[in-house]
Amino acid sequence: MEKKTTHKAPLFHIRKKDDTTLIQAILIRAVFVVLALLVSALFIFFVTKLDPVSVYTSMFKGAFGTARRTWITIRDTCLLLMISVALSPAFRMRFWNCGAEGQVLIGGLTTAALMIYFGSKIPTALLLLIMLAVSAAAGGIWALLPAVFKAKYDTNETLFTLMMNYLAIQLVEFFVDIWDKKQSHSVGIINMAGHGGWFPEVLGQQYTINIILVVIITVAVYVYMKYSKHGYEGAVVGESVATARYAGINVPSVIRRNVLLSGAIAGIAGFVEVAGISHTISKQTAGGRGFTAIIVCWLAKFNPFIMAIISLFLVFLDKGAAQIASDFGLNEFASDIITGILLFFILSAEFFINYSISRSEPVKEEH
Amino acid sequence: MSLSQLISWCVAAITFGTVIMYGCIGETVNQKSGGLNLGVPGVMQLGGISALAAAFIYEKSVGTPVPVVGMIITLLASMLAAGLGGLLYAFLTVTLKVNQNVTGLTLTIFGTGVANFFGGSMMKLSGGVGTISVSATSSAFRAKIPFLSTRFGTFGSIFLSHGWMVYTAIIIALIAQYFLSRTRTGLNLRAVGENPATADAAGINVTKYKYLASVIGAAICGLGGLFYVMDYIQGTWANDSAIEALGWLAVALVIFTSWKPKNSIWGAYLFGLCYWAYIYIPAGISKFFAAKLKLTNLTYMQNLYKMLPYLVTIVVLCVVSRRRKRENQAPASLGISYFREER
Repeated sequence: MEKKTTHKAPLFHIRKKDDTTLIQAILIRAVFVVLALLVSALFIFFVTKLDPVSVYTSMFKGAFGTARRTWITIRDTCLLLMISVALSPAFRMRFWNCGAEGQVLIGGLTTAALMIYFGSKIPTALLLLIMLAVSAAAGGIWALLPAVFKAKYDTNETLFTLMMNYLAIQLVEFFVDIWDKKQSHSVGIINMAGHGGWFPEVLGQQYTINIILVVIITVAVYVYMKYSKHGYEGAVVGESVATARYAGINVPSVIRRNVLLSGAIAGIAGFVEVAGISHTISKQTAGGRGFTAIIVCWLAKFNPFIMAIISLFLVFLDKGAAQIASDFGLNEFASDIITGILLFFILSAEFFINYSISRSEPVKEEH
Repeated sequence: MSLSQLISWCVAAITFGTVIMYGCIGETVNQKSGGLNLGVPGVMQLGGISALAAAFIYEKSVGTPVPVVGMIITLLASMLAAGLGGLLYAFLTVTLKVNQNVTGLTLTIFGTGVANFFGGSMMKLSGGVGTISVSATSSAFRAKIPFLSTRFGTFGSIFLSHGWMVYTAIIIALIAQYFLSRTRTGLNLRAVGENPATADAAGINVTKYKYLASVIGAAICGLGGLFYVMDYIQGTWANDSAIEALGWLAVALVIFTSWKPKNSIWGAYLFGLCYWAYIYIPAGISKFFAAKLKLTNLTYMQNLYKMLPYLVTIVVLCVVSRRRKRENQAPASLGISYFREER
């Protein structure tokens, strides 16, 4: 008995492609960024009835309007870039370090402690070195704990690192209460008088040291990941744990080492934030950058140059949206919405870079 | 500790637990299809803010709002907004095959932004911080069971004195448990989460299951946000991202319950007890530790007690991963996008 079956072929056919040129990839991303800005403009228009062009002009002024604003934009870009760089050794192994937020906080907390207790006792140059080392150690330990369990028992690192964030927040609140003399739940600016433990001005600029530190660390991590044996081992573990074992790589030790490095750099980012920027500590010190950095790092596929561009773009959006908020009486959270819309579009762009879609050819009947 | 303190601790724990129970059930349904949605905090905020906005608009536009009407509008708005969040997640991760962690985190940023933006705007419209009030609608959510809530002594005051959503959470948990472990559709859903290629070969529409699990799961998560806004903080809004922290706890609870919704019933309440422990831990214990740490003020210890729910989660994570019992493990394809041509 012959039975006639009708095949319903899908309308579109999706296949993987690897022949996208760099120019094509950039063009696709640019198209999606423009689309995102259009959608954001629609959102701004419908919520506020303001002219989107003047809103975007105002955003640009907010980020680059004056020399000071430009410096702040550069400063914040550096910080976001540093945390993104911090995540890459861990992400390279597919270790989802969602705890940069906590690692930054702990780095900042130890820095603040050293500033408070030794700010007037130890010369600033020496103190800065001590703070650098201690904050790196603190951030590293904060990350190492989940890594040890991941390496030994394959404990879910995404949730473990997330929970570590909240432990860090509570620890910060604990010490803020202890250090706060006025019962205001805030430590205020630390060492306002003597600037003990503050980054000094170099070449007449307040943020020179921040920039130098970020550049050194970014280059060092890039070299470590691309050209060192240890970095290569991390990449192999990320591709396939079985292959790594077969090649004689000690997987647990690679996990521990790379995550320790990741946490240490995040801890240093906390040091930069406290000693070099805000000179205070609160649970807002990390400010969600630990999460934003995850997206930056993943989108850039570990390329520090692209990380810098994305960081700059996100910080620009953030500063710009804050400016719209004050110019047009909007609420500052508009920046999160616009950032979210933009990220959704950039993420979608990846699909059109990695896959191609074509109309399916009609299925031929077999006779 | 006196009996009345113990009762109020348990009551607070149940109210708190209900918020994360909704989040946990919704996320479990989604994870069973292989989707690890880290956007739960965002989705819960979407559910919360749209509930508040719907009630706000309804109560503003009608002279004398009818609580039940407000309640229905609110429920629909909340599930719709959260479901749309789930749809967006499914579109990005299933159709466009974007990394799930990154998509989820973006959804959290977006949801937090939307919630606080509109929450802040509504506060401004109604005249300042803490002035939004949708009391009529909120009262419908907080109405207690007639007759029963004042009977049965201690048992009644702990378990029977809540708004109706506390009980629907338990019912939804039981339904989800039955659905996942006893029905054909639930079995298919689990097959998709364990091995999408095999499920596909067996004729299960993988894409459809993943989409539905994500949307329905998100809608259930959204109810958690709704319950938080309408019952927990009684129909107001605060731009303090409290829902975000609860959302992460809900994700942690999924692992705590080892992907079994029935366990979330007691697990969520246990988290609630841990969360509120800082208020109810006897002063003697605080005095002991404060003396050891040379603290001048006993209340400083509360900051450390607030670590409890997170510490418990970490311990559970470690214990569960150490035991490696097969029935307690995550769905095998969790976190991985399915591409038919790669199988």
